[in-house]
Amino acid sequence: MHHVILERWSRIDSPIHRRDARIKLFASLVFLVVVATTPPLAWRCFAVYSITLLIATLIARLPATELLSRAALVLPFCAVFGATTWWIGDHARAIGLVEKAFLSAWTALWLAGTTALPRLLKAAEWFGVPRLLILVIQFLYRYLFVLSGQAQHMRLAAACRAGAVGASRALFRAAAGALAVLFARSYQRADGIHRAMQSRGFTGAFPAVALGRLNFADAAFLTLAVVPIVTVRFL
Amino acid sequence: MSPVIDVTGLTYRYEDGTEALRGIDFHLDPGECVAVLGANGSGKTTFVLHLNGLLTASSGAVTVCGMDVTKSNLPEIRQRVGLVFQDSDAQLFMPTVIEDVMFGPLNQGLSQTEAQRRALLALEQTGIAKLAQKAPYHLSSGEKRRAALAGILAMDPEVLVLDEPTTFLDPPGQRDLRDLLKALPQAKLIVTHDIPFARALASRAVFFDSGQVAAEGPVEEIIHRFDWEFR
Amino acid sequence: MHIPDGFLSTPAWVALDAAAIPAIGWITRRAQSEVEESRIPLLGVMGAFVFAAQMINFPVAPGTSNHLVGGALLAYALGPWAASLVMVAILAIQAFVFQDGGIMALGANTINMALAGVWAAWIPYKRFGASRAGIFVGASLSVMVSGCLALTELLISGVPLPAALVGMTTGVFCVSAIIEGAITVAVLQAIERINPGWVRRPSGDRSRVKGLLVSAAIILAVFGVLIASAAPDGLERLAERAGIAQQATTVYKTALADYEITGLNSPWLRKATAGIAGLAGIYVACLVLGAFIRRPSRVESPFPSAAIGERAT
Repeated sequence: MHHVILERWSRIDSPIHRRDARIKLFASLVFLVVVATTPPLAWRCFAVYSITLLIATLIARLPATELLSRAALVLPFCAVFGATTWWIGDHARAIGLVEKAFLSAWTALWLAGTTALPRLLKAAEWFGVPRLLILVIQFLYRYLFVLSGQAQHMRLAAACRAGAVGASRALFRAAAGALAVLFARSYQRADGIHRAMQSRGFTGAFPAVALGRLNFADAAFLTLAVVPIVTVRFL
Repeated sequence: MSPVIDVTGLTYRYEDGTEALRGIDFHLDPGECVAVLGANGSGKTTFVLHLNGLLTASSGAVTVCGMDVTKSNLPEIRQRVGLVFQDSDAQLFMPTVIEDVMFGPLNQGLSQTEAQRRALLALEQTGIAKLAQKAPYHLSSGEKRRAALAGILAMDPEVLVLDEPTTFLDPPGQRDLRDLLKALPQAKLIVTHDIPFARALASRAVFFDSGQVAAEGPVEEIIHRFDWEFR
Repeated sequence: MHIPDGFLSTPAWVALDAAAIPAIGWITRRAQSEVEESRIPLLGVMGAFVFAAQMINFPVAPGTSNHLVGGALLAYALGPWAASLVMVAILAIQAFVFQDGGIMALGANTINMALAGVWAAWIPYKRFGASRAGIFVGASLSVMVSGCLALTELLISGVPLPAALVGMTTGVFCVSAIIEGAITVAVLQAIERINPGWVRRPSGDRSRVKGLLVSAAIILAVFGVLIASAAPDGLERLAERAGIAQQATTVYKTALADYEITGLNSPWLRKATAGIAGLAGIYVACLVLGAFIRRPSRVESPFPSAAIGERAT
């Protein structure tokens, strides 16, 4: 599954993986802003962007072909809009849609592949994202795959019992029933979590874990990542 | 020596009035290991939830290490009574194992460094120190169980209460858990259907039936009396 | 419905990101006052539930199936503020982990789905009084509003969509909306069967007529903005006929006269501003409506806070 692969990638050891999460997040955001504000036909710019991402991908020891093919998953959706736009005559916009969406997906995959989500969340909190939101995302991610696994089982179980031509109405209600069961189990699990929290002395606020300190390598990475793309964009 | 846990006349009623527990008397001595047996729905888990104040008794008294379990001293009670739940996924709710094991100590007011030290120690004790940075989702059932136990051990409890600890464990996992628990000095209360497990660890057994303690005595005797073994 | 990066024009995504940042702060503050920190795991788990729920297929017609979107269900289970917060969390995970929706476009997607979508579900529900009609209308409007807003933002950005495509996409949204309504009703009924009495009716003044009026207002507002974005010149012609055009242009020219930036007087910018102003108008309208409805009673989560799994063995 997708997330398993991302988690595996985030455990690779590389000079980039060792960099502070805040730096990587900031660099990614700067990169995305620059890409988003670049005119679609600025070939030189997009060449530099792609090369920068490629170098960053390779130094991070991420599997480039696999990463790029995952980024390419956004293309079918974009292609529809791109084709319509091209057919109407706005060629620049059509190209812009596709290249920007692709680069954005690539950047997101690079970030997720080089930074474990808990660290990424701490970085986001450091940048000012409200703590309540961070905690909700943290718990969502923690239980995302547990519940998805349950839903998967239910789907399989239902498929085993579905006839070749099932009455749509009955299957619809069966699906609703499955969702209700999933909901009830989710709620009960949340209860269990609550009890576990209380059993271990939950005081009413989640304890915060501190981030490390930034070092020279972090600064160097940031400079190398940001300066080329900003330069080519504005010169 | 005074018992670590002392329960007298414990009764618990649901909101609609049905009695889940009807006058339970129970005690647990220091260093002792007691198995709690009984049919599903007989009140075993409900009973156990009273021991650290998650449920409040309708009547009767629960005393832990000489303290009455009341709303005001719950933090101390919960430091002394470590509860390991049946559902490890609900117990391991932090993003990584080490953060989860640190949760208890941090809530007790310890510093980051001290909490981390205790956590690593607990992980060593349970044999999963190498899993410290892993996400709970990627652990096997046995590893999750040990991580949950580590989270409790990091709080330095006097009593360990385990609810169906061998659920989802394969035989090697069961053996590892048995060996691990045998080596721990704390008094233990184990709710279980796993008879070989109960035999291996417990010196005494308590049999629950419809919210009451039907009998109490040596493990073998209880198993025999209630024909509580799969054959 | 998730807008990827590269689709929205720079003024559009910048404006929406700029609007979304204080909005998220506001949602967080409101959710914080209604939800204790101990309930945070429940919110996370509910978010995970929506993800998982999207894997279960609902057969709609031979050969086609649909899945739950979930904004309405979240609103009815957790209350609107917590639901908005959970939706933001879901959108963040979708963008960063699953590349579903752009990162620069998070502002737009947040406004469309976490704010407008959730409130479009909540307001009619509150008015109808949590009946099956309220749930159906709320869930349908939730999908309808998010979809149309997304479409509007694309049009404002200048994505040249032929009228036929706009019409077809709107039609698809309508169908998805109705399906979402049906699924949400079915799931809530099934939940009620598992545990009767879970779904509490929100207290306060309610009537079917008011419910229909509010729903109609929402539909009109959204379609109005959509049509305006698709044919902004039509609005100008209308303004000319009404004689307002002259004054409006003068005001516009004087306000911007001091700015010597090229391209600011372009018709494209006028369209963009008009569209975004329209969006802001809806935003404000929802706020006002929401405040107006909240006045009689505190918004209560329909579900009890805990103690559901207490009947343990």
